[in-house]
Amino acid sequence: MSNGNQPKESAFSAKNLRLLTAPLSKDNPITVQILGICSALAVTVKMKPAIVMALAVTVVVAFSNLITSLLRNTIPPRIRIIVQLVIVSLLVILVDQVLKAFVYDVSKQLSVFVGLIITNCIVMGRLEAFAMANKPWQSFIDGIGNGLGYGAILVIVSFFRELLGSGTLYGYQIVPESFYNFGYEDNGLMILPPMALILVGTIVWIHRSRNRDLIDKS
Amino acid sequence: MFSNRYIFIYSIIMVVVVAVLLALAATLLKPFQDKNVRVERMRYILTAMNIDNTVENAEELYDTYITEELVLNEKGEITDVYSKGKQVKGSLRAFDIDLKAELKNKKEGQPMHLPVFKALVDGQSLTILPLQGKGLWGPIWGYVSLKGDYNTVLGSVFDHKGETPGLGAEIALPEFQQQFREKKIFDEKQNFVSIKVVKGGVKGSKIPEIHGVDAISGGTITSNGTSAMIDSCLVLYLPYIKNKMSHE
Repeated sequence: MSNGNQPKESAFSAKNLRLLTAPLSKDNPITVQILGICSALAVTVKMKPAIVMALAVTVVVAFSNLITSLLRNTIPPRIRIIVQLVIVSLLVILVDQVLKAFVYDVSKQLSVFVGLIITNCIVMGRLEAFAMANKPWQSFIDGIGNGLGYGAILVIVSFFRELLGSGTLYGYQIVPESFYNFGYEDNGLMILPPMALILVGTIVWIHRSRNRDLIDKS
Repeated sequence: MFSNRYIFIYSIIMVVVVAVLLALAATLLKPFQDKNVRVERMRYILTAMNIDNTVENAEELYDTYITEELVLNEKGEITDVYSKGKQVKGSLRAFDIDLKAELKNKKEGQPMHLPVFKALVDGQSLTILPLQGKGLWGPIWGYVSLKGDYNTVLGSVFDHKGETPGLGAEIALPEFQQQFREKKIFDEKQNFVSIKVVKGGVKGSKIPEIHGVDAISGGTITSNGTSAMIDSCLVLYLPYIKNKMSHE
């Protein structure tokens, strides 16, 4: 499969590590590529489902990247999207079943969004753009990196939404009872999807103001 | 280039492999998933009796407090009894009955089985009845526990498939459910009035406070659905309840 002429590089060479770290910031799937927004709005009301969703997506992207990359030379180009979809669906259904079996309450909160990982643009995007043209190990790292990049934004957004919207973090009460007695109220708007969009927008803004090269020239 | 023959064979092998993997996973994980569903149902029933429970101790508490599971027919007659791990009468176990399927049977004119759970908590005999209805986006369900007089509500629990978070979904919160405590489903003349979920608050409405709770602001359709669910499900149990009340 791979050509033996290339010098063998170590599994964690600088080039490979960049595959892992680039999606966390400069090539983030949500804030830079603006992919996977739909689920980012839906599952970030509380931190727990957001973290589980992030892990689920990471597992799906990493392993679908790996499998696709292993098969890349056998996949007929004419049906490659179908093959990719079958691989992604297989993994998503497996993840869904495992969640239902072992973290039932979270799987109930995530409801349809686990199934919708199949249509998450990040997954298909990585398969088409990366796994079809790269070796299995690199593809696997790329998948992990992109999953974590997606997850990082989910965690940040859900942190603020849960803290300001419910006064809790990961289910634990953070805002003390005395605040409520003085008339403090949770911001109900934080629980609704539009606020997630505004938060993502804010993150994009901060991110670009710190990384000027990301700003669109036009 | 890949020939058509190659593409066909490739797809067939791929689909078969994937199908086998999925079937295997589904079979292996089924026992765990079923257990989760059972534990969840036990937790609903315990919560309806105001008993604090966790995923870990739900089964144990359920076995401690639930004395009998009854199955009723439409006339309110007891057809099946399951008690303390043994089938005493008939062959059905109330715990395994899906009320949604039974309501569908009723609609189609088929015989219906109604589950009833009997519990003994601190010397008090309780009757727990399941509820099933429609919210705004999908099904809602719950359990209500009645005290020994078959009239006063001890506690209730509600849950939903996908009501709007922060609005209709609030029916699943204790704040909403606790309102039902000590409400009565019959008026002084022993007429069935159910418990209404009243928009704008039960105070100052036409509904007496003992038969109503406050609806959720912004969750009117879910609130109305909850109200309708309590009414339509309790009506089914009336023959049984009336019979019990006249004997005690």
